[in-house]
Amino acid sequence: MNVEQVFREERGRLLATLVKRFGDLDLAEEVTSDAIEAALRHWPVDGVPDRPGAWLLTTARRKAVDRLRRDQVYAARLALLQVEVSRADAPVTGSLPDERLELFFTCAHPALPAEDRGALILRCLAGFTTPEVARAYLVPVATMQQRIVRAKKKIREARIPFRVPDADELPERLPGVLQAVYSIFTEGYAAQRVDLAGEAIRLARILRGLLPSEREVAGLLALMLLVHARRDARDELLEDQDRALWDSDMITEGSALAETALTGGHGPYGVQAAINALHDEAPDFASTDWPQIVALYEVLLRLTPSPVIALNRAAAIAMRDGAAAGLALLDELVDEPKLRDYHPYRAARADLLHRLGRGAEAAQAYREAIALAGTESEQDFLRRRLTAVEQQS
Amino acid sequence: MKYMLLIYAASDQQASCTVADWIAYEKEMRDAGVLVSGHSLADLVTATTVQVGQDGRRTVTDGPFAETREVLGGYEVIDVPDLDAALGWAAKCPGSRDGGAVVVRPIAEFDF
Repeated sequence: MNVEQVFREERGRLLATLVKRFGDLDLAEEVTSDAIEAALRHWPVDGVPDRPGAWLLTTARRKAVDRLRRDQVYAARLALLQVEVSRADAPVTGSLPDERLELFFTCAHPALPAEDRGALILRCLAGFTTPEVARAYLVPVATMQQRIVRAKKKIREARIPFRVPDADELPERLPGVLQAVYSIFTEGYAAQRVDLAGEAIRLARILRGLLPSEREVAGLLALMLLVHARRDARDELLEDQDRALWDSDMITEGSALAETALTGGHGPYGVQAAINALHDEAPDFASTDWPQIVALYEVLLRLTPSPVIALNRAAAIAMRDGAAAGLALLDELVDEPKLRDYHPYRAARADLLHRLGRGAEAAQAYREAIALAGTESEQDFLRRRLTAVEQQS
Repeated sequence: MKYMLLIYAASDQQASCTVADWIAYEKEMRDAGVLVSGHSLADLVTATTVQVGQDGRRTVTDGPFAETREVLGGYEVIDVPDLDAALGWAAKCPGSRDGGAVVVRPIAEFDF
C-alpha cells in the first residue's frame, strides 16, 4: 500500500470534519488537499507524527485561516454562512470525531440528481480525484467536472445541510445513501471495473461502522460481498461457473452479515443478500435451494414490486418446477414496458426455450437479446449462447 | 436562509384539502416563527402579462393561460436554517398533496 492509498481513507475523514467546521465543501476540499500535500512533504523527512489525524486537521485549519485572510470576498461569503472561522485556530484535542456519516447524507441528498450522488461519494468519501471519477463512469473529465461543480453549487447555494437525519427521517433517507453506494458497485460490474466494486464494498464497510444497528446497511454489504465473491468466475452463467474460483472468505463474511441483516426484520438488500448466500453456499447449481430462493423472491417482490424481480422469480420457478412453468410466467410478463428493451428478459426466455428443445425460437430470442444488449462483453456472451443453440438444432 | 415555496395546484384536481387546512398550515408557520410572507393568487383568468420591447413600447396581453396541467396558485416565503427544513415545510403544505406540487427555490443572497 503506498502513501496515497493510506491517505484515501484519511482524506474522507478529514474532509468530513472540515466540512462540518466550515460549512463549505469547496474550502474543505481545498485545505484537505493542502494538508495532505504538506504531509507528503514533511512526514518522509520529519517522521510520521504521533497523531497523524490531528496533525492533518491542525494543518488544514491553518491553511483555511491563511486562505480566508488572503481572500476577503470568500471570507465574507463564509461569514454569510455563519461559519465560526475563529474555531479554526483552536488546538485539536482528543481523538478526531468521525463525521463521515454527515457527508454521506449530503452527497446522497434527494435534492441532488441521482446520477451524481455516487460520483460525489467517490469524490468526497473514497478520495477519488475528478479524473478518476470520470474514468469510473466512462465520461469525459470535463463532463464529470461540470457535474461535480453543479452539484457542489447546489449544495452550497440551496444550503443542503451536512447533518445526519433525525431518527424519524432516517428510514426515508437511508435508502438513498445505500442506493448511491450500490450504484457504484453495479456501475463497476456493468463495465467489469472490479476495483470500483471493491471501492463500493469499502464504502459500505465505513457505513456499517457508522450505523452498526441498521440491518439494511449490513444487508447491502452482505449483498455486495456475496456477488463480488463470484468475480473470478463471472464470465460464465451461474450454472456454468467453476465454483472453486469463488472467494470462500468473502462468502463466509457475506453469509454471516446476511443473517444479521435478516434478524428481527427484513429489507430489500438483506433479502437479496440471502438469495445470493443460497447460491454461494450451494455445492452445485442443481442442488441449490430453489424453493427457498423462490420464497425469498416473493418476499422481495412484496417489498419492492418490479417486473425485473418478477423475471428473477420466474427463472427460479423454472429451476424448482421445470422450464415449462418458468416460461409460462415469463410469457405473462411480455407486455411489461420495463422488460420490453431489457435484454436479460429475452435471454431468460431463450434459455428456457432451449431447455424445452424449441431451438429455433430460442435462437430468435437470443438474437433479440443481442440487439438489446448494451455492452460488448454482454453481446459476446449472448453470441456464444446463440452459436451453441444453433449447433445443437 | 430564505426560501420561496411555489405552490402549484393541479388544475384538473378536486382538492381534498380545505380552507381550514390552509389556515392551520399558515398558523403553524407563524407560530414556528418561519413565515416571512405568503399569499394565494387569484384565478389564472385574471392574469395579465406586460412586456416592454427594445423601442420602449409596452405590450399588454391577457393571460397567460395554463398550458401545462399545473398552475402557480400561491407562494410562501420562509426563513429556515437549511434546505432540509424548507423541504419539511413544503411537505406539510396542503398544496403538495392530491397531485399538486410545491417547488422550493432558495432566495438569492448577494453580498453588497
